[in-house]
Amino acid sequence: MMQPSSRLVGIVRHLLLATGAMLVLLPLLWAIRISFLPAEDVFSPQFHLLPSRWIGFENYARALTASPLLRFLVNGVVVCAAIILCQVLVAIPCAYILAKGRIVGLRLIWLAVLVGLVVPPAALALPLFIMAAQLGLIDTYAALILPWTISPLGIFLLRQAFLRVPDELIEAARLDGLGEVEILARILVPLITPAIGALIMISLVAHWNDLLWPSVVVTSGDKATPPFGVMLFQVQEIGSDYGPLLAGAIMIAAPLLLVFILTQRRFLDGLSWTGSK
Amino acid sequence: MSVLVVRGVSKSFGAGSVLSGIDLDIGEGEIVTLLGPSGCGKSTLLRIIAGLEVADTGAIEIGGRDVSRLAPGARNIAMVFQSLALYPHLTGRQNMALPLRVRRLGRWQRLFSPLRLSQSVRTIEREIDAAVDDLAARLAIAEVIDRVPARLSGGQRQRVAIGRALIRDSRLLLLDEPLSSLDAKVRAQAREEIVQIQRSFGLSCVFVTHDQGEALAISDRIAVMLGGRVAQFDTPAEIYRNPVSLEVARFVGTPTINCFEGIVDAQGRVHTGSFLFDTRLAAPAGDTVTVAVRPEHVRLGPARELSGPVLRVVRVEDHGHDGLVHLGRGDSLAPALIARSGQSTSLRSGDEARVAIAAEEALFFTRDGARLESTPVRMADYARG
Repeated sequence: MMQPSSRLVGIVRHLLLATGAMLVLLPLLWAIRISFLPAEDVFSPQFHLLPSRWIGFENYARALTASPLLRFLVNGVVVCAAIILCQVLVAIPCAYILAKGRIVGLRLIWLAVLVGLVVPPAALALPLFIMAAQLGLIDTYAALILPWTISPLGIFLLRQAFLRVPDELIEAARLDGLGEVEILARILVPLITPAIGALIMISLVAHWNDLLWPSVVVTSGDKATPPFGVMLFQVQEIGSDYGPLLAGAIMIAAPLLLVFILTQRRFLDGLSWTGSK
Repeated sequence: MSVLVVRGVSKSFGAGSVLSGIDLDIGEGEIVTLLGPSGCGKSTLLRIIAGLEVADTGAIEIGGRDVSRLAPGARNIAMVFQSLALYPHLTGRQNMALPLRVRRLGRWQRLFSPLRLSQSVRTIEREIDAAVDDLAARLAIAEVIDRVPARLSGGQRQRVAIGRALIRDSRLLLLDEPLSSLDAKVRAQAREEIVQIQRSFGLSCVFVTHDQGEALAISDRIAVMLGGRVAQFDTPAEIYRNPVSLEVARFVGTPTINCFEGIVDAQGRVHTGSFLFDTRLAAPAGDTVTVAVRPEHVRLGPARELSGPVLRVVRVEDHGHDGLVHLGRGDSLAPALIARSGQSTSLRSGDEARVAIAAEEALFFTRDGARLESTPVRMADYARG
């Protein structure tokens, strides 16, 4: 019979998956643990899995008061919102033309997008920094936002989504009398919302968590985004007081986690939808 | 007055010419089919009429007005696409209302109309809703009009697509193989529905298809398109009986017309290996011509009744209402032929049958495939009885 052996396969599969999940989750759980430990436990020679005394949210309170953490979170929201808005607004028309346009030289531009896709952002940090410095944008929101307003990945994702929309639909809209902008806004964008959602999520994760670029162009806590802010705060204020530090780290990761949990089904749909199916 | 006139339209993509010198005119309330094999340019022609492609030369007139330079949306054409192209995220009602909203509301009114700000916009929206309801009722989709396309049946989707096309009150409906995605049973029914809608709305209609059965069934006139030209533009009966070229004769008719070669003699008669067609052909003596005969004009009989050559029956297809008899060359000089027999035939494979063809039922073509006028003298090689 198939039944017992397939159940065994199921158990093994779940064990493997659970182990994998634990490996991924362990650092996070560890961080949560430490964020509730009093300072003496962190450095005590004995290992305590649980805090020796319950300090409640003291570390969290300390993280919030010792550093402008809320300020960092606001900065993060402003910067990410601006980046994502620009990326979507730029990627939609670009991707549409790349998918459906009949203009000479389009292949060359597509090639440029692909090149942009494979260049690691870190490689651009120095030239971008020099440009930002010459424009006098160091330590401004503009410096944090402008380099990322055009996303090759976004153009790529949306182009693949537009390619799947049949030409006849666009032609029907033309016959119905819609102009190009309205075709895009009324017909095509609603059809590729899963891909746009995927782009928003990917971009949000990347820029919320970005440490490198803020550390290049931001010099004060005033414009620091959450991860960079926490790093500043570690060095300047708390030194190596890990409890509050990790409490801060958890608070900056929480918004992202929340967004992801709320949208995960649509997000995964979007990713699989843009792949070849 | 012609509803649509196509004048001297040519189109090429790169080096390849797709259409050359197309002339057509479509009258009030007429269904014209563009019939041709794939790649003959029929869809391109339809797209040029609709304004989705621009012709290199020539002009399109709709209702007496030259629309060659107008955008598709300004031509007031109704078109149903092969895939129907319904907007999947909009309900049937929204699909049908969209063309009206575009015409009756301004761009900004359209954008802000959900806010219900202005009285005049609300009035127009109500009128549009009423127009959609009215048309939906005539198309018998009133109950399902608020569903999205994914929740409609194939036939309902087709009617919504036609509804979206018709709501603009245009006089001209273009259909690009709208039935090709349906299976055979539904197809015939959908075809009837289209004809019924076309008649009841009094529309002129250009219908693109590669299916000659469909074309013969619904058309007032057929434009047979071969290699980017209109090879013949005439009624279905004329095209079947009087093809202007061998190409048309071979393209139209199932099974394909029988073709074999013959030689013209001094009197203009045509000799083939085994048949003599007693006719007066306007061709020089000694010329080789192609003789083409429809399967239903190949007469079969027991050896004693007809006077033609004897052929061997290779295979019999019995379709119930009629049958096809495939005749092999055997050892006579006669060509392989397909004959359509009456309701049923007693012939079985391996039998021998005597074959006769009447001279007035044979078509003659030059070696280039042009039709030759023939004046039959009398029934040649024909049954005495």
